[in-house]
Amino acid sequence: MSQSLRPYLTAVRYSLEAALTLSNFSSLEVERHNRPEVEVPNTSAELLLQPMHISRNENEQVLIESSVNSVRVSIKVKQADEIEQILVHKFTRFLEQRAESFYILRRTPISGYSISFLITNKHTESMKTGKLVDFIIEFMEDVDKEISEIKLFLNARARFVAEAYLGEFVY
Amino acid sequence: MLDTSKSVLSVFKLVKAPIYSHCFSIDRSLLAITCNTDCLVYRFGGGKSPQLIATLPDHDKTVTAVDISIHGRIVTCSQDRNAYVWEPLSDGSYKPTLVLLRINRAATSVSWAPNGYKFAVGSSARIIAVCYYEQENNWWVSKHIKKPIKSSVNCLSWHSNGILLASGGTDGYVRVFSGFIKGLDTKEAVSNSPWGEKFPFGAVVKEWYNGSFIHDVEWRSNIEKLAYVAHDGTLTVADSVEQIYSVNAPEGLPFKSLIWINDHEILCAGYSCHPVMFTEGSNGWQFSKNLDKVGKQSLPQSTSEDGTDDEENPTFGMSALRKFKQLDLKGRVTAAEQESAHENAIVELRPFEESNGQVTQVSSCGLDGEIVIYAV
Repeated sequence: MSQSLRPYLTAVRYSLEAALTLSNFSSLEVERHNRPEVEVPNTSAELLLQPMHISRNENEQVLIESSVNSVRVSIKVKQADEIEQILVHKFTRFLEQRAESFYILRRTPISGYSISFLITNKHTESMKTGKLVDFIIEFMEDVDKEISEIKLFLNARARFVAEAYLGEFVY
Repeated sequence: MLDTSKSVLSVFKLVKAPIYSHCFSIDRSLLAITCNTDCLVYRFGGGKSPQLIATLPDHDKTVTAVDISIHGRIVTCSQDRNAYVWEPLSDGSYKPTLVLLRINRAATSVSWAPNGYKFAVGSSARIIAVCYYEQENNWWVSKHIKKPIKSSVNCLSWHSNGILLASGGTDGYVRVFSGFIKGLDTKEAVSNSPWGEKFPFGAVVKEWYNGSFIHDVEWRSNIEKLAYVAHDGTLTVADSVEQIYSVNAPEGLPFKSLIWINDHEILCAGYSCHPVMFTEGSNGWQFSKNLDKVGKQSLPQSTSEDGTDDEENPTFGMSALRKFKQLDLKGRVTAAEQESAHENAIVELRPFEESNGQVTQVSSCGLDGEIVIYAV
């Protein structure tokens, strides 16, 4: 792990721990509804807390928006070139299409970010908060590694294909 | 039973759902807890695990709070906008009576007045309903306190005189109202009160602005002080002459509940999963000790444990074998860690045993569905 990744992840970890202090909160506006306040247009500004924005550089950022009963965590995954952009898009899309088996994954990321998680009080009640934080941190650690691995794999495959194809023209 | 430390007397894992509220009867023989849309009543006593004796099923949304009066009546309130008073019958069952709350949002908290003849219900409708029994119609009716509440009411606490009602909510204000009901309360109860002269129903006697959600508020009636915990992780003690002491949580995580142990000690608990004691000394309120705190676990190291075999052939990706091996490793549980009695946030503390003005045992309920009894 590089020198600057550690403080970045530590900052995210402590911010998440502070943000994941959720309570069961029934809607002020709609009768008998209980909905994630961070996701709905809200006339009660007091229910939304100050968003936290943690940025390692312009390519790697985390936005934590919290409210009384839900937290939205958006992650911008490093995308250095066009291949990585495509790969990140494909990769996150693959996950998002299977969002129901990830429980806390949001189906679409909020604009400007690669992937979003939505954690509600139901999740913090049925899972340990510490493990949820671990999961997100682990995801952030792994996703960069995964993307660069796929990229290397893609390059190697491209080279192999190119060699096989161009080999046809060698006399 | 877990035996994590000497401050934990017993741990009862009662349900799989979170327990938002619990209450013991006055003789500690009955325990009522909320569980999803029901309220469960257990027979409690003598170190044995609690026996379920009744389920109070009438609510159809999450039950948010429960309280037992000194006469044994149970009141429950729920996000379905209703509250019921459950009268114990001789055969051990309970007869529900609907309370006419006249609110159109969730009921969030409920508290019996010390005399057991009226109770207050806080709601998301920005209303506190003070309810009392009306003999001639044979039902519980309510009077509303509306102004100046601006958001959901989270917590309520009655002064021992049964008239002053403290409340806190997500609007960040702690307010003391008068809950004086004509015909039920007498003016003598509040004569010489330092909080004011006249207490017409619904009047704001005092208010403090904190700015973050208020999670719990509790009176200490004999010294006329009020303590509250807020989402910014502070415990604040205030009295009628604007003397305010504020102290931060040692771990930074907010508290959900507090109780007074004696005139100079307060026990708080919340998202850090273990109770924390604060003591009043010569220079104000200060953190004094943790109960049932486990040693700090080292942060999990970088979870990649790819040994040499992963590095061998990076370009040609994963072999099928390795892919399955990795799948198998996902979701593994890290080595057993020592944990506090509560595995998730503590939502409510109640005094369990008292001797001459000092609380000696405290019960707590948590999001993990456990009831824990601590020795202070």
